[in-house]
Amino acid sequence: MNWGFLLEVILGGLMAGVLYSLVALGFVLIYKASGVFNFAQGAMVLFAALSLVRLMEHMPFLAAFVLTLAIMVLLAIGIERLVLRPLVNQAPIILFMATIGLTYFLDGFGQTIWGSDVYQLNIGMPKEPIIMAESLVNGGILVNKEDLYAALIAAILVAGLALFFQKTATGRALRAVADDHQAAQSVGIPLNRIWVIVWAVSGIVALVAGMVWGSKLGVQFSLSLIALKALPVVILGGFESVPGAIIGGLIIGVGEKLSEVYLGPYVGGGIEYWFAYVLALLFLLVRPEGLFGEKHIDRV
Amino acid sequence: MQTRTIGEVILDIRDVSLAFGGVKALTEVSFDVREHEIRAIIGPNGAGKSSMLNVINGVYHPQRGTIAFHGVQRTQMRPHEAARQGIARTFQNIALFKGMSVLDNIMTGRNLKMSSNIFAQALYVGPALKEELRHRHKVEEIIDFLEIQSIRKTPVGRLPYGLQKRVELGRALAAEPNLLLLDEPMAGMNMEEKQDMSRFILDVNDQFGTTIVLIEHDMGVVMDLSDRVVVLDYGKKIGDGTPDEVRANQAVIDAYLGVKH
Amino acid sequence: MLYREAGQFRTTYQADQQLFPIRQDRIAVLLLLAFAFAVVPLFASEYLFRAILIPFLILALTAIGLNLLVGYCGQISLGTGAFMAVGAYAAYNFAIRVPSLNLLLVFVLAGLVATVVGVLFGTPSLRIKGFYLAVATLAAQFFIDWLFARVGWFTNYTPSGSVTAPQLNLFGWTIDSPTEKYWLVLAIVCLIALAAKNLTRSAIGRAWMATRDMDVAAEIIGIRPIYAKLSAFAVSSFFIGIGGALWAFVHLGSWEPLAFDINRSFNLLFMIIIGGLGSILGAFLGAAFITILPLFLNQLPAWLGINVSTATISHMEFMIFGALIVFFLIVEPLGLARLWTIGKEKLRLWPFPH
Repeated sequence: MNWGFLLEVILGGLMAGVLYSLVALGFVLIYKASGVFNFAQGAMVLFAALSLVRLMEHMPFLAAFVLTLAIMVLLAIGIERLVLRPLVNQAPIILFMATIGLTYFLDGFGQTIWGSDVYQLNIGMPKEPIIMAESLVNGGILVNKEDLYAALIAAILVAGLALFFQKTATGRALRAVADDHQAAQSVGIPLNRIWVIVWAVSGIVALVAGMVWGSKLGVQFSLSLIALKALPVVILGGFESVPGAIIGGLIIGVGEKLSEVYLGPYVGGGIEYWFAYVLALLFLLVRPEGLFGEKHIDRV
Repeated sequence: MQTRTIGEVILDIRDVSLAFGGVKALTEVSFDVREHEIRAIIGPNGAGKSSMLNVINGVYHPQRGTIAFHGVQRTQMRPHEAARQGIARTFQNIALFKGMSVLDNIMTGRNLKMSSNIFAQALYVGPALKEELRHRHKVEEIIDFLEIQSIRKTPVGRLPYGLQKRVELGRALAAEPNLLLLDEPMAGMNMEEKQDMSRFILDVNDQFGTTIVLIEHDMGVVMDLSDRVVVLDYGKKIGDGTPDEVRANQAVIDAYLGVKH
Repeated sequence: MLYREAGQFRTTYQADQQLFPIRQDRIAVLLLLAFAFAVVPLFASEYLFRAILIPFLILALTAIGLNLLVGYCGQISLGTGAFMAVGAYAAYNFAIRVPSLNLLLVFVLAGLVATVVGVLFGTPSLRIKGFYLAVATLAAQFFIDWLFARVGWFTNYTPSGSVTAPQLNLFGWTIDSPTEKYWLVLAIVCLIALAAKNLTRSAIGRAWMATRDMDVAAEIIGIRPIYAKLSAFAVSSFFIGIGGALWAFVHLGSWEPLAFDINRSFNLLFMIIIGGLGSILGAFLGAAFITILPLFLNQLPAWLGINVSTATISHMEFMIFGALIVFFLIVEPLGLARLWTIGKEKLRLWPFPH
């Protein structure tokens, strides 16, 4: 066995996993604070990336970034007004279907106003590979610098979110809402504003994910689909768990790469396409609440 | 009208303990239910009354203790198996099928007695229709009994609370149970509705001979309706006997007045 | 002719259990059937058959299948495209490997294979609900997409991956003109719609709806959840499998796995949301709406004299579908079918609504 190669595959998987984790984080935030399973998270990634890349044609990166942030916040306000508020107290499954509608809307809207070609997004991330750990493994391990930066950005984002949740008043309010909607409302936490905030935060997470991902693969429609991989990630990690989203993402990233490299050749390749989902499916059969989720008891 | 005679023990609960995680819902509760009687379970909020019903019809599985129905001790029984053995129930918060009409809700109560296969049902005419009509007759009897003829085609979601409770009783009766569990059948009702419901419960017990276990907060109702009463407090049994005996029981009085033990 | 039921007394429960208890409805349905079978072929153009009527009917059939699962039993599925694909490729393999097999039998067998696969992927529903199940069915979608694209046996090792259905032949009758195809599809759709309607008004339909409305209560009154859920997956997949086989054999003729990708799944889900969850009529209305809307949107710029690229139109289509879904879920979750019922109630009382 070529250990250097194995390590490379694992590292590559971890890097891809970081990106899944980023999208999954958006899911978890919204689910925790509003009980909505936001199928549109992937569409938000695409929308944010498209906005950023097209705006950058007219202005420097920083300005485009800030403007896209503003767009994502506006989007959150719009979604709260037009989708969430009218559907308040509806069955979760209705809200879920509404977010599927939202997915279609955002995919169509983004491509109508921003276009639908493949756009190269250059945010100044270095592309050249570096060789690491030469002393440990024969020949060293080939790592993409870009991937390292991506992981760094993800780590900063997660740390920032953790601080936001633990240290700010808004963060505390969010956690209160996640625990118990009614109780939170009764102590005067305005639910509507909380929703806008979580959707805006998820929009920002989507922007970061779209930025990192887009610079790696180019900004194109398939981003919306790749981001769907975050669904199995949250199943694996548990819907309500931020650490679960991160670890779930890493597991799926690594598992997917390993299976593709070592199993793929025997079955015709392309395992990456379904690996995450089938893993999640098996997980559902064994431990439906996920790695870090809480078990719920049906009340009568 | 048949005059009912209280018969043998049909449900025997021995030392049942139930806990959720570390929270004890029931601790070593024992009592029995005799055929044809109306047995009430009372107690303050959180005393474990609903948990007790959930244990009886298999929603919860107690960690310790035994339950014997018609002399057969059960292990891990699922709710639908309990239903098949003749245990039906209503719920504290109405659990009707909101998307269905009154008629369909009550018909669903008879599903477990229907046996046409899926192909016959897809064909409809023939054996499936015959079976459907036979059960429809039975359901219409229940509709007459509960005096809800005029709303049979109404979606249950549109009905006022009191009527919904009545439909739910109808759905439970449709299964022709020998043991009927009623979880606060009169909660949230006004005086008139309570009187109606009490009459229906007595009639069910009297005309069909159905054994009834009921949870109720209104002491007046409990004392009027029931033959024997079990009192739970913090998951433990603190009293058991006729309404008069229970009323005189010091532990029960303390529990209701909130005296520290 | 007025829409009235005065004077029509139903004196037996049998009369009350009829499919259309009101006489005018019975007459209208018979007229509609006569029109569809006999009159439409007299005037319909080939374009109307190929682009609208045949796809509409097959999608309506498939939407009925999906609606049994989602609308009646409350189990969400995002894997409809995959189950259609199973039907299509099963039919293909039966047809080319056993050429003597009767065409109808091929469709039934295709449905049965889809049933097995549907039940297999439906088993997680016994432990999980709602969006968890949605992810499980997505797993079916992605896995099956991959299977037909990568495993050569299913496509008889066709190098391009695209397969072609054999000529349609039924009891010596060669079905090749659009009219003949239309008749075949219409007949099958009528049969399946009737069977579906019958199931929903029988014990099994009540078991499904009870499971949908309140699964815990359903189990307590004696409905075995495993039976209710898996039977819904089975019947639904059977119909969807037949729909997939028809889509491939009658509508497309030749196809690739892409014809049954995740967008097909969403498309069908949208049909039942817009048409009406838990309604057979809704499946037809939704299928009609979603078949016609893109055609309409494609024509619209030309009518208005504006020049819009086809890409933009297809993006607009996404937007409009998405917005419509949200709109219907907010305003009328029971969809077009509910609007139809409300209209009928009004008409029954018209012109004295009080």
